[in-house]
Amino acid sequence: MMILSGDRPRSPALAAVLVVIILTLALAPFLFPGAKPANVAANICVLALLVASYDLLLGYAGIVSFAHVMFFGIGAYGVAIALYGLGPSWGALALGVLAALPVSIVLALAIGLFSLRVQTIFFAMVTLAVAYAFNVLASQLSWATGGEDGRSFQVPEILRPGFHLFEGEVFGIAISGRVLSYYLVFVAAALLFLVLLRIVNSPFGRVLQAIRENPFRAEALGYRIVFHRTLATCISAAGATIAGALSALWLHYTGPDTALSFSIQIDVLVVVVIGGMGSMYGAIVGAALFVLAQNYLQALMGRLSSAAAEAGLPLLPGLFHPDRWLLWLGLMFILAVYFVPTGIVGKLRGKG
Amino acid sequence: MSASETGAALPRQRIDILPALTPLIVAAIAAPLIGSPSTFVTLTIAGLAMGMMIFTMASGLTLVFGLMDVLNFGHGAFIALGAYVATLVLLPLAAWSQVDSLGPNLAVLALALFAAALVCGLVGYAFERLLVAPVYGQHLKQIMVTIGGAIVAEQLLYALFGPEFIPLPLPASLRGSLILGGAAIEKYRIAATIVGLIVFVGQMLILNRTKIGLLIRAGVENREMVEALGYRVDRLFIGVFMAGSALAGLGGVLWALYREQVHASMGAELLVLTFIVIIIGGLGSVGGCFTGAILVALIANYAGFLAPKLALVSNIALMVAVLLWRPRGLYPVSGR
Amino acid sequence: MSASLVLQGVHTHIGRYHILQGVDLAAPEGETTMLLGRNGAGKTTALRTIMGLWRASEGAIMLDGAPIAALHASAIARAGVAYVPETMAVFSDLSVRENLVLAARDGPLDPARVEWIFGFFPALKKFWLSRAGTLSGGQKQMLSIARAIVEPRRLLLIDEPTKGLAPAIIGALIECLKEIKRMGVTILLVEQNFRVAREVGDHVRVMDSGRIIHQGAMAALAADNQLQSRLLGLSLDAHQ
Repeated sequence: MMILSGDRPRSPALAAVLVVIILTLALAPFLFPGAKPANVAANICVLALLVASYDLLLGYAGIVSFAHVMFFGIGAYGVAIALYGLGPSWGALALGVLAALPVSIVLALAIGLFSLRVQTIFFAMVTLAVAYAFNVLASQLSWATGGEDGRSFQVPEILRPGFHLFEGEVFGIAISGRVLSYYLVFVAAALLFLVLLRIVNSPFGRVLQAIRENPFRAEALGYRIVFHRTLATCISAAGATIAGALSALWLHYTGPDTALSFSIQIDVLVVVVIGGMGSMYGAIVGAALFVLAQNYLQALMGRLSSAAAEAGLPLLPGLFHPDRWLLWLGLMFILAVYFVPTGIVGKLRGKG
Repeated sequence: MSASETGAALPRQRIDILPALTPLIVAAIAAPLIGSPSTFVTLTIAGLAMGMMIFTMASGLTLVFGLMDVLNFGHGAFIALGAYVATLVLLPLAAWSQVDSLGPNLAVLALALFAAALVCGLVGYAFERLLVAPVYGQHLKQIMVTIGGAIVAEQLLYALFGPEFIPLPLPASLRGSLILGGAAIEKYRIAATIVGLIVFVGQMLILNRTKIGLLIRAGVENREMVEALGYRVDRLFIGVFMAGSALAGLGGVLWALYREQVHASMGAELLVLTFIVIIIGGLGSVGGCFTGAILVALIANYAGFLAPKLALVSNIALMVAVLLWRPRGLYPVSGR
Repeated sequence: MSASLVLQGVHTHIGRYHILQGVDLAAPEGETTMLLGRNGAGKTTALRTIMGLWRASEGAIMLDGAPIAALHASAIARAGVAYVPETMAVFSDLSVRENLVLAARDGPLDPARVEWIFGFFPALKKFWLSRAGTLSGGQKQMLSIARAIVEPRRLLLIDEPTKGLAPAIIGALIECLKEIKRMGVTILLVEQNFRVAREVGDHVRVMDSGRIIHQGAMAALAADNQLQSRLLGLSLDAHQ
């Protein structure tokens, strides 16, 4: 169990669910060929990483921040700007990522240091304002970011859909650039997830949780709160940045709505709560559930809505309209906060 | 030994004047930069009017937070709800609003404001009882629950009213501008300023001259002691929450008429703005909120003229500047 | 007019800490009961539990025979209990006058009563319209006590009123407490200052580790130096 850093699922049900999800993701191109399933799977990988890095901050360190998507955007735009400006090479990609990371970390440092002077709620509000400002800035600097339209770009050759690794097929699927892209995303997300798992199970991670539980006591015991919380903020930001880079790489595009919109932050918050705060596995389970619901539930809602409209019922067609899926997500979120505060993971583990 | 015990002069109530003067200072700095006096007057009046609207929206939020440590992320939903209620009043009564006569126009405007305040106050009661009350004291859950409430509310508004932007024309006699000494002053802004001033003066009177106001001010400082003196602060809080929601709705009507359109997304947009204003003003302080709102609005207007690219981040820049000067806001409440 | 206070087997938990571990205490009607003990014995917790600011996890609290342990703090206050906390808790942004207006629940301020309070604490008259935050520590303490007596109450819970006060002000405080006693109000007083304890107290209850370890008449304890050192670790005479 070294690979899981000693943090086992601790429940047969949870382990089973996780195995199913991870195996499905690992074999996705072969199990579900086609553009849409590939998109769904890639989204799950990226979201799981993004949520896991947020959980480090919220669930383990107890810091409420609304600026997480900002770091995601930095990663996404870093890749986009580099590949757009310098051409579709691996060097450009590396440069984009390596330039985005320090930007994120420095910002995270500034935010982290600020958080120590102020109360939880005050800090949360300020991160909201900062994220908003960043959004505005990104759309204003349109010469670099492409403004409202975003940036489309080309990726290195072997990642392009037209590329084929070799002639012939493996289990009925041609190994195209798309498949390779997917595995890049999957492997990178998986590796980083394991790194995060290692971090939260290390002495550093335990001290973070101690600080979250009782800051005064932790300080009295000699733990440096400043250091721990700031480092946690930076690690979390780095995770989000890489998730953003992966997302951009997959979509071959970065724009305000895919990389900076506040609705992504809401999605992350919802997933981390429904999945289970303070447990990394919650990110995987929650992200899978969320992306599947987002893609397939809406179709279901559409059918319900038309049925209600045909039956002449008032109000229901509007409530079940697929565009209103956030309404139901929001309700589930509220119910989760009240009744299932430990999330799905908590429920599967048998805790209230 | 204090001064009084040695017989020295009685210390008067020291009011910290400097923060209240900041809007004047900002205006004084902007005036020479803008140059033309008529433009300056136009921008300043625009700023004052906007500040009043923002104050109306934000004042409830700051008291709700000050009194009960509840940060209502759903506050924006009430702003939007108020605007939608206004459409339910103003659009059907187009006969009153589109005739170019001040009487019926003001009457229908007053009706819209009243209806918005009433509906938002009642919805506020439900919101507080259902969502907020069960998680008193748990900051994290309360943030999340009110965010959830905001999402659900916004989606419900789309479901009920449709996702399109609804145009909301100004009452006929309030359109256009008055020319006073070369400066163009929009008539609607004057009306909005008057409404905002009434709200401000009303709040100040209630807070400073009534027992309820006394309870609120004391409760913002030390809720527990107010309870130990025999008062049900949770009941007080419900009232303040309802009032705050009603005021948000009122502000929503004013803002929607200013933009001449209504859309549920205005809730989220204005939420960030109100947060910035109450941070600048000092959480729990109505006077601070007023000063903060005017500051934010003035700077937004001046920057919009002088450096349009910067105007959008001017709020954040202002917030950072204020926090560097006064880390707890312009007029922090004692004991927080 | 005044009320008797009885605690039976009261336990209070704060988070994981079990602070009151079965407190049995009786404060007789119309008399002043001192609550003494080392720091950390649970005296403040006891007062806060009686006042309803903290909930007792077990046991009964009776005010004139009526159970109050399950009541909200505001209900207990309205039953005639006044609380003067260790932290004084004056409302700094309100004036002295407004602090008292707030405390005068039953109606407008009684001018005669206010004049009577001014008799003990003239500074309050001087600072009548000033923000309470501008008062000195001693003056805030006077205000805190004034709030508790601005209207007749049946039971006063007072937590270390003389802490950090100058001797002259302590004298005024003692006079005030004696006057309240003469009015027949029941007082439960936590005090580290033994001169005050001796002058004002009729009965004494000593707490240690969340329990009452001694109860009796104040006079008896004051006369017995050995008992004092055993219970409190020092003798009453050693303190002013």
